[in-house]
Amino acid sequence: MSDLVSLNLNMIFKSPKGETVHALKDVSFTLKKGELLTVLGPSGCGKTTLLNIAAGFLRPTSGKLTLNEKEIDGPGVERGMVFQQGALFEWLTVAENVNFGLRMKQENHEVTAKKVEEWLDIVGLKGFGNTPTYQLSGGMQQRVALARCLINDPDLILMDEPLGALDALTREKMQSLVLKIWKETGKTIILITHSVEEALLLGERLYVMAPRPGRIHKEYKLPFAEMGLKEDLREIKKNKEFSSKREEILSMIWNMEEEIMGKEN
Amino acid sequence: MLTQILTIIIFVAIIGCILYGRQLIKTEKVDAVFGNPERAKGGTHWVVVGTSAILLVWLYYSWDIAKGFYPKSANELCQVAKVNESLLGLKYQFPIEEREFKSTSIIKIENKNLKRVTKEIQNSPDLNDQQKNILVGYIAQTKQLIPLLTNEDLMEINTKLQIKELTEQIKLLSSNFQKKDYPFESDEQKTERQKALSEQGSWGIITVRTGTGSIENTIEVPMVPETNKGLKFDVAAKELKIINDKFFKLRNHNPQFKNSIKKLKDEIKAYRKSLGDTEEVASTLAKDIVKIARRIEYASIYPPAALNEMKTAIIEFDNVQKDQQGGLWLIDLILFPAGTIVSSGTSCSEQGSGRWLPKPSDTFNKFVLMSKPSVGYKNIPLLWIEMIDVSSIVGFILPDWIADILPGEYPVHTNEGIVDQNFKGKVLKVVTGDFKLFKIPVPYGHIWDSFLRVFLGLVFGIIIGVPLGLFMGLNRFAKGFFDPLIELYRPVPPLAWAPLIISVLGIDNTGKVFLLFMVSLSIMIISARAGASGTQLSKIHAAHSLGASKKQILRHVIFPNSLPEILTGIRVAVGMCWGTLVAAEFLAGTTGIGFVENVAKKYFQYEVIWITIFIMGMLGLLFDITLRKIIDKTIPWRGKG
Repeated sequence: MSDLVSLNLNMIFKSPKGETVHALKDVSFTLKKGELLTVLGPSGCGKTTLLNIAAGFLRPTSGKLTLNEKEIDGPGVERGMVFQQGALFEWLTVAENVNFGLRMKQENHEVTAKKVEEWLDIVGLKGFGNTPTYQLSGGMQQRVALARCLINDPDLILMDEPLGALDALTREKMQSLVLKIWKETGKTIILITHSVEEALLLGERLYVMAPRPGRIHKEYKLPFAEMGLKEDLREIKKNKEFSSKREEILSMIWNMEEEIMGKEN
Repeated sequence: MLTQILTIIIFVAIIGCILYGRQLIKTEKVDAVFGNPERAKGGTHWVVVGTSAILLVWLYYSWDIAKGFYPKSANELCQVAKVNESLLGLKYQFPIEEREFKSTSIIKIENKNLKRVTKEIQNSPDLNDQQKNILVGYIAQTKQLIPLLTNEDLMEINTKLQIKELTEQIKLLSSNFQKKDYPFESDEQKTERQKALSEQGSWGIITVRTGTGSIENTIEVPMVPETNKGLKFDVAAKELKIINDKFFKLRNHNPQFKNSIKKLKDEIKAYRKSLGDTEEVASTLAKDIVKIARRIEYASIYPPAALNEMKTAIIEFDNVQKDQQGGLWLIDLILFPAGTIVSSGTSCSEQGSGRWLPKPSDTFNKFVLMSKPSVGYKNIPLLWIEMIDVSSIVGFILPDWIADILPGEYPVHTNEGIVDQNFKGKVLKVVTGDFKLFKIPVPYGHIWDSFLRVFLGLVFGIIIGVPLGLFMGLNRFAKGFFDPLIELYRPVPPLAWAPLIISVLGIDNTGKVFLLFMVSLSIMIISARAGASGTQLSKIHAAHSLGASKKQILRHVIFPNSLPEILTGIRVAVGMCWGTLVAAEFLAGTTGIGFVENVAKKYFQYEVIWITIFIMGMLGLLFDITLRKIIDKTIPWRGKG
């Protein structure tokens, strides 16, 4: 069993003024090995908090999150993370960035060099090994971040709006890449996004989260990710079911936003 | 010669570049709208014009152009200055340089003084009427002295004759001065003058004191006339000086005046003696009156028309000498801007911009001279290499206690007076540097000393400041604990610490290195701290989930991420250290560039001052360029992350 199991996860922040913010309330779910989960929701719904707990950067106020029946307690190599802005180390070259995790483990240099080559090939950056990362475009930087995370062979990959800062064209290419990697490696992936289309396209499962308190509002099981592996992503977007789902979720989020505004006023 | 060529090149460069610049504007295709930054790009020709202009101003105002084109002009002007100096005393007697006759102005002043004393007497509450009457009587008597001097009829015949004689002498000089063969120099005088000439050197000569190797103060302007024109003025100045001295010894005293003033003095003396201790006021006032009478006695007051003839003669001579200067006055006017050559008794000197602004040629020559290790400054070269045995370096670096902590005892001499060396003794020899190996070159000198101080201060600052700063950027305790300490001393200008630190740690290297360490430490701490606390959280998160340990994150993420800040900090610290060092070397010390400048200031060695300024500028620039290169090499990602 290499599932990610969340049990009554609660996260309460206290601001310095004494206000309490209920970022997550009784979040429970189970993610099977090899599933791709996308999480969608308006800002402040706790999706990033959930991801940070899963990564081990935050400790939940109460509840438990276990991976492979082991409670998550601090960051670890078995859970890789990809950030919105790549978070690459700009003082290292592309290859050195990818190699970072292995270097920290002090693995044999020749072996790691070979692995790095392989992974650069997979993410489509063959020949860019010696390029400084600050010379790369946004899409290429995300490819490096992906490779850097995957080379450690994590059980779970956490993606925090990884494609959020990319332009539309690059984004589409990267979405295909994510699907391809998911298929080839069979990794469990949690991907957070604020694009409804992306959530629908990439998610095998989709959670729509609601804010105040942060909770899972609705869950979908989607066929589009499987379809995306074979078909062109643009074709899927024309699919009727796709458009109706998109409209449904959009109006759902719209209502949530309205509700927040109402509360504030 | 060099100055001449340089001046001509500068003129050609300026004119050529201006013409080129104008040509370029006409032909260039760049969008000619005001505000387009493209229009500020390029323009090397204007750099040439700017540089040339600075050089030209320097050459001109330091009178180097005058020296280059008319090397003898200063010497000639010196002779003219001698004449002017001799004439000045005479001229002041007449309304030539002044508005009125000296006699007139003295009479005016003393009448005013008498009036003031009269008023004082009449208003004084401490005087009785009788005293007042007596004192006012004295004043009237003093007043009576003046007409005795200004009355032409009373003037002694002897005085008249003497004035006549002096006037004739001036007239004779005027007529001689215009003659071609004046001064009528004998062969003997000529050889003597030529001998003096060969010894004196030229304008702005540098002499090196033999033996010590120090640079002597330069002889600014040579005194002995080099040209015939100069000789004329020199001799005339000597003659005028004699006339001048004679005239100033002359007093217009006639028997009536002598009697009157003697009577007055005696009366006042007797009166003051008769006064008791309580009548001090009257005594003081009486003394004031005597003082005025004495001033009238010693001032050369003449009847109004008595000196008219002499005045005419002086004016005539003045015109003649100006006439004889020929083109020299034009050179003085144009090539000696903001000043001229002045003579003061024993020497001629530059006065004005030429004095404090050294001539480029002189400065260059002096710099070349000072760069020679045998000359240097204060017996220490600017920068040179010394062969030092490795042993002394080893002895300096290794602490002596290494030998002390070894087991055993140091060898003791035997009854036969022999010392058997053992291991412990041998180690002591090594750590104290008491052995001979081979020699290696080690730089030394003023420049090296200054450089080493900055370097050491900086290195210590970096070694301690960077880890501490990183720690403070990551740890609340460290930040809170060390912050007050740093904020307490950092805002104080480093020089304010200098007197304290120098008096505690000594005027030598230790004090200065510590001062610079203090300067660089705070800068390094602050920049390292800013670097550490400025690390993006996502990078640290990424490193965590890639399996890096705390140490690894510090070494491989936070440190490289802080490098731009740290290197910028080093660049700032170098500048600060350099400035502080020079000022600290002013305060105390025996070597260093700042020391050289401070000593040069004491001896008015303007060239040396400018040389040190130049060296400091160059070294500062060198530091900055080196660091910029290092920054570009080590952190190419700066500003692109």
